[in-house]
Amino acid sequence: MNGWAIAFAGIARREFLRFTRQRERFLAALVRPLVWLFIFAAGFRSVLGLSITPPYRTYVLYEVYVTPGLCGMILLFSGMQSSLSMVYDRETGAMRSLLVSPYPRWFLLGSKLLSSVMVAVVQVYAFLLIAWFWGVRPPVIGYLTVLPALIMAGVMLGSLGLLISSAIRQLENFAGVMNFVIFPMFFASSALYPLWRMRESSTLLYDICRFNPFTHSVELIRFALYGQIDLLSFAVTLVCIVLFFGGTVFMYDPAKGLWRGRRGGSA
Amino acid sequence: MNPITGAGTEVPALTIEGVSHRFGRVEALADVGFTVPKGAFCALLGVNGAGKTTLFSLITRLYDSTSGRIAVAGFDARRQPGQALARLGVVFQSRALDGDLTLRQNLSYHASLHGIGGRAARLRIGEVLALVNLTDKADERANRLSGGQQRRAEIARALLHRPQLLLLDEATAGLDVRARAEVLMLIRSLIAEEGVSALLATHIFEELSPADHVVVLHRGHVLADTTAGALAGDMPLADAFLRLTGEAA
Repeated sequence: MNGWAIAFAGIARREFLRFTRQRERFLAALVRPLVWLFIFAAGFRSVLGLSITPPYRTYVLYEVYVTPGLCGMILLFSGMQSSLSMVYDRETGAMRSLLVSPYPRWFLLGSKLLSSVMVAVVQVYAFLLIAWFWGVRPPVIGYLTVLPALIMAGVMLGSLGLLISSAIRQLENFAGVMNFVIFPMFFASSALYPLWRMRESSTLLYDICRFNPFTHSVELIRFALYGQIDLLSFAVTLVCIVLFFGGTVFMYDPAKGLWRGRRGGSA
Repeated sequence: MNPITGAGTEVPALTIEGVSHRFGRVEALADVGFTVPKGAFCALLGVNGAGKTTLFSLITRLYDSTSGRIAVAGFDARRQPGQALARLGVVFQSRALDGDLTLRQNLSYHASLHGIGGRAARLRIGEVLALVNLTDKADERANRLSGGQQRRAEIARALLHRPQLLLLDEATAGLDVRARAEVLMLIRSLIAEEGVSALLATHIFEELSPADHVVVLHRGHVLADTTAGALAGDMPLADAFLRLTGEAA
């Protein structure tokens, strides 16, 4: 293994070790979407009618519709959790030891991002396994084809989390992220209801949902779970990855970014 | 050879030339310059807010230095950051170990950040643990180690990749007298036996001996670049420092 591979493997190993040490984090990540699947979906099944829309070829139960959205929810919360841990690492000083590695920052940040996405993808598969027992059974091939979509969506949301972490100075400010990023992104998307439903109630909200990157990551997952690709969602997710990760690298660059002129610095 | 710094013709472990840095309107460092020769110990003396941590952040590339030049073992920190950082071992003021992981896991992680893995990493981890006398604590979680042990572990972490220069930012702060003495003894023995250089930022004057190279940093300016003995003259070092910085009562 060369030095780059060793460095990536080390960062990934630390992420998995931290994850296995914090079992409550795994449980919390699973319980959240399961509550939505078991309770919310059961309640809404009779209220929300769903027409036949791609990738579905027949009427589907609300549980089936909402499952890709809940996969996205796991990735979204994981991305923000990783952002939270970056802020925490910065406050405690652990971030400094990462950033004084001789490898370039884009590589270190990218490795950290990919490592946390790998952990999140494991959580998504654990959720999909439980959902299977609950009757949500996409085609078997879907479990394989959804993997690249999960990675792409995870990288996009994780990049957004990293970008946000670069702008947050203190851990206490993180509550704002919940209110101003996670909840609006999740609810103003196609995760819980099809967009045509949203258009019936408000065209403005419909437009907001359409421009929400989270909508596209959910749709990417939804189609991939049925062995298909939604090209628009793929393109939007890809562009967002470039923008968010590019922004993160810029913000964490010691010569650029918002930290340059501030006492306290980027780590 | 420079009689104060002991510098010869060898490439210095650290060269700082005309470095300035501002945080908005606040001037944190103004035209700072000094060198740390290869295999030497240097103390950066200054009260809180003198600019020590800012200077360390510039050396370690946490901030970018926009003026002047910083070179580690001859490698320009700005133009060759990878080479410069590879020759630098850093012990930060705040603890950087992951409390949830064992000491060995922490060291393994940090070895990987320098591209050291597998058998080479295991061997080196064993060596540095023996060096800081923490072999028996290898499988304990970092947050169960005492303050002094954590500091020694941080030094072990900084030594993993065989750096040429150790940067120690207030490495003895918060330690009791005994732990402080242990850490200092360790640093001095590393210089003597391993041939590394060390720059120790401190405001604890008792840590220094008369022959030590000291750089006094005050409000971002270098006020003295001499030995502790020459700075002190015939008075205690702390008094000489206070007189120099104009803070004596």
